[in-house]
Amino acid sequence: MTDETKEYAYFLGCITPNRYPGIEAATKKILKEFGIGTKEMVGASCCPAPGVFGSFDMHTWLPVAARNLTIAEELGLEIVVTCNGCYGSLQEADHLLKEHPKLREKTNAILGKFGREFKGTTKVNHSIVVLHDVIGLERLKEKITKPMDDVNVAVHYGCHFLKPREVRGHGSSEQPYILEDLMQATGAKTPEYKDKLMCCGAGGGNRTADSVQSLEWMRQKLVSAIEAGCDCMVHPCAFCHLQLDRGQTEMEQAYGVFFNFPILFATQFLGLAMGMSKEELGLDKQTTTMPEKLLK
Amino acid sequence: MGTLYEDLVDYGGEVFGKEHIETLRDCVQCGKCTGGCPSGRNTAFRTRKLMQMALVDLREEIFNAPELWFCSTCYTCYERCPKGVKVTDIIRTIRNLAAKEGHMSVPHRMIGVYVLKTGHAVPIGPDQMKLREAVGLDSQPPTTQKYKEQLEQVQTIFRTTGYDAMIDFDWDEMNLSGMKKGGKK
Repeated sequence: MTDETKEYAYFLGCITPNRYPGIEAATKKILKEFGIGTKEMVGASCCPAPGVFGSFDMHTWLPVAARNLTIAEELGLEIVVTCNGCYGSLQEADHLLKEHPKLREKTNAILGKFGREFKGTTKVNHSIVVLHDVIGLERLKEKITKPMDDVNVAVHYGCHFLKPREVRGHGSSEQPYILEDLMQATGAKTPEYKDKLMCCGAGGGNRTADSVQSLEWMRQKLVSAIEAGCDCMVHPCAFCHLQLDRGQTEMEQAYGVFFNFPILFATQFLGLAMGMSKEELGLDKQTTTMPEKLLK
Repeated sequence: MGTLYEDLVDYGGEVFGKEHIETLRDCVQCGKCTGGCPSGRNTAFRTRKLMQMALVDLREEIFNAPELWFCSTCYTCYERCPKGVKVTDIIRTIRNLAAKEGHMSVPHRMIGVYVLKTGHAVPIGPDQMKLREAVGLDSQPPTTQKYKEQLEQVQTIFRTTGYDAMIDFDWDEMNLSGMKKGGKK
């Protein structure tokens, strides 16, 4: 990665474009503010979900992920993502195929059936890391027009953003800092809370296997954030967003209590702090609503 | 078919490298995995027990345990294991072998149906297209669901690896076989 990189291939995945397009709009707008373009990956599919397809048949998971990687390779661009599932899947596939020549050969035999080949020429980046490391906190601060000084943000990383460390390369998974840095750049505070590092409960086919017990993990997480005095939860993952936002409707059906605890993808929160409206960030069309404190 | 351990090393080894899965043998049953497991806190899933069951070859017991599917693959155990056992990848490999032997729920098989039909585990519909327009995006993203010839590439992968057969997919109905009779396998 160099500072001159001005364009990324944006791998959309499923939930960002098909359920929460506000995440896509927010991310494109913010990157554009800093002169970074996002190119569409025509013909991309599901990443496919690492905990799901990786759990059922990794020999199908891998070529589907590799096929997506080849689309970015053809564009000659590095990839940027807005979902930890996509990050997990594509980065792990890229890593395995670069590490194991035999596996690459086997995968390319399948991709060759429709004229594709994994060459190992792209790199998979998370949009939040691009904001933190490529754009940087100082440039970000210059664009903050509506400081979030009085806002307490419950930072939620999700799982596959940080782990496994040997593939992700963002340092400690127990003492992470990237989201805290980004939130604090807006003036917001990021209190510690009991279940900060806990999974949202959705991954690995868990939400599909037993949605009520998966919601119970989420309930515990939200309660611990509320108890710590947080005003909202900010995260880097479209799949966590689905669980944490829509899950609050499902939780109401299961338990009869509607928390309405505001859930925002990191670029949506930054968008508000940069003066964008909740409508253009898609925050008016989700389950949880935004309090005045965040809108000023 | 060898012991479960041997099958795990063979099958998972093809993807992760054998030494990755062989770390299972280093498990000392300390329980740090179970201690930090968000699923174990809420369900009957016990990571330490699962590792031991795999080591002593309780194949059928593991494959038939509903808890096998309550791991969210959060990797907390993987990162904390003091012996470097690659727990999450071992669990995913166990699940692969279980699925190959037909242990796969209908909702899980349905995720494969969505991908075979649209290329997406979570496809788009008319309501979501309006959501996209409201934030100034094209009504449909340029993905496999929009381009048939691109979707066919994904379908080719599924046919080649036999994923369609594994979930009992009916290409004429574009659904699970027997779904009309209640979805039971």
